[in-house]
Amino acid sequence: MSDRITIVVVEEDRERAISIVDALRASGPYDVHVIGNASSLARRIGALAPDVVLIDIDNPTRDMLEELTLASGPLERPVAMFVSGAASGLAREAVEAGLSAYVVDGMQPDRLKPVLDAAIARFQMMRQMRRELAETRRALEERKVIDRAKGLLMKARGIEEEEAYALLRKAAMDQGRRVADVAEALVTASGLLS
Amino acid sequence: MKMVRLPTAFVPLVDAAPLIVAEEMGFAREEGIALDLIAAPSWSSVRDMLAFGRVDAAQLLSPVPVAMALGLGGVTQPVSAVSVLSVNGNVIGVSRALEDRLRASGYGFDFHDAAGAARALVAVADRPLVFGVPFPFSMHVELLHYWLESSGLAEKGFEVRTVPPPLMVRALAEGDVDAFCVGEPWGSAAVEAGAGALLLPGKAVWSFAPEKVLAVRTDWAETEPHLLGKLMRAVWRAGRWLDAPGHRTSAAEILAQKPYLDLPSEVVDRALSGRLTISSHAEQRLVDGFVAFHEGAANFPWRSQAKWIAHRLAGRLGLDEAQARARAAEVFRSDIYRAQMASTGADLPGASEKLEGAIREETAVASRKGGLMLPPDAFFDGRVFDPDRI
Repeated sequence: MSDRITIVVVEEDRERAISIVDALRASGPYDVHVIGNASSLARRIGALAPDVVLIDIDNPTRDMLEELTLASGPLERPVAMFVSGAASGLAREAVEAGLSAYVVDGMQPDRLKPVLDAAIARFQMMRQMRRELAETRRALEERKVIDRAKGLLMKARGIEEEEAYALLRKAAMDQGRRVADVAEALVTASGLLS
Repeated sequence: MKMVRLPTAFVPLVDAAPLIVAEEMGFAREEGIALDLIAAPSWSSVRDMLAFGRVDAAQLLSPVPVAMALGLGGVTQPVSAVSVLSVNGNVIGVSRALEDRLRASGYGFDFHDAAGAARALVAVADRPLVFGVPFPFSMHVELLHYWLESSGLAEKGFEVRTVPPPLMVRALAEGDVDAFCVGEPWGSAAVEAGAGALLLPGKAVWSFAPEKVLAVRTDWAETEPHLLGKLMRAVWRAGRWLDAPGHRTSAAEILAQKPYLDLPSEVVDRALSGRLTISSHAEQRLVDGFVAFHEGAANFPWRSQAKWIAHRLAGRLGLDEAQARARAAEVFRSDIYRAQMASTGADLPGASEKLEGAIREETAVASRKGGLMLPPDAFFDGRVFDPDRI
């Protein structure tokens, strides 16, 4: 068996997978494999006999990997999440970053650390990007709803846009709610009434 | 009074109800706490968030804390099950192809008789059947093995495989699995998607199976007993509210909301009412006590329940049984439950263990207040589990 660490990355999204593989390869001479879809996941991972399996914590297929921890055949190697107590700080950091790693029993923490450091950094970056994207999307959605609510008010009360917005904002302040929530309630209610 | 915020992980299922209701109906606020409810995409993620301190409390499958204590699974930090959140609530179902074969054989889908359902499966199975379950350490796995190992299906062979419930419909359609055991709403989701039919409620196999538990890190339970007490009492009151008559519709509406199950409340109501639609022919079956959150001392973490789980795991995985039972008993914390619930109206049983499966009819047992009635806890085959005898 070679000394090179074999890593399996379970990730459906091609671009995310490439990004993780690049980060790992830049940090050391690792054999990196990507598994894209969930069917017979445990068996395919078993065939690659990796030292480390990396998977997004939000990936529901993660529960399939738990079966690896029950491996009992003579050629199957037991797998655990961070078997070594020394790695428990790393484990917490990984969980925070949205990464889970399954590691073959007995792997030395000093060999594991650079792999996890690289993966954690990349997962943190990806998580940040996802959060920003979700926030941008939500802001856009809210803007649309507020515009529709303004339109409804302008039509119903024959007022200008600025006045309509002031009305929404006042209602929000009086009720201790967000303008977007008041706007959504108005749009929903008017949908029911019309 | 300053609100203490408690990050709490759950999986969006009908039986997460006690945690959701504790927060939404103000039971947590009454205790001066606020539950920051974090919906998790998988059971391993719930367990890891709890083990590594991302959350302080979590809804867990009842066998998970036991498995962790036995060194099974990816993470083995000490975790305590301080109360049972729900009893029963699972369904066993079959794929469309298997449903068609069962119907052709004249099977009536009575949704009640576990032994009869197993015989019907044996008659139509032409190869080892594959059953999908949500997690390797779950009541789903235990119920399936208990039900099938003494049936004719054991000779034909069967396999139990982990398939995350959101992927179950596809796995059924593609023939990766022939049948499944899941918690609601996933059984109803499979029926709605036309992917299969429901065969049995979980309680047809074991009529009083501890399904989900409220779990905390054992060291946290020791350092934060006051906070733990607040959490346990809030969740207990939520369970009592859920099982009280007249609250079902409100409960279904709360659970159906977007941050939680994000489903039509009618689908959520099926589990709460026990009125399940079992096939795409719109056949309905009524199951009394399909899922329980309070009645019959449902929340009491019986050490004998933990020992039963350990007994099953040890037998299947070849572990030392006496040691497994002893470790498991330490994980279901009837001691903490007694101490923390003393100030509530909860009636507490005199014993912390019982003969699992021995209660055939509702039975009065010795308790602190003297009026505790325990509902039947029988297994479908009538066997009795003695926690003290190996």
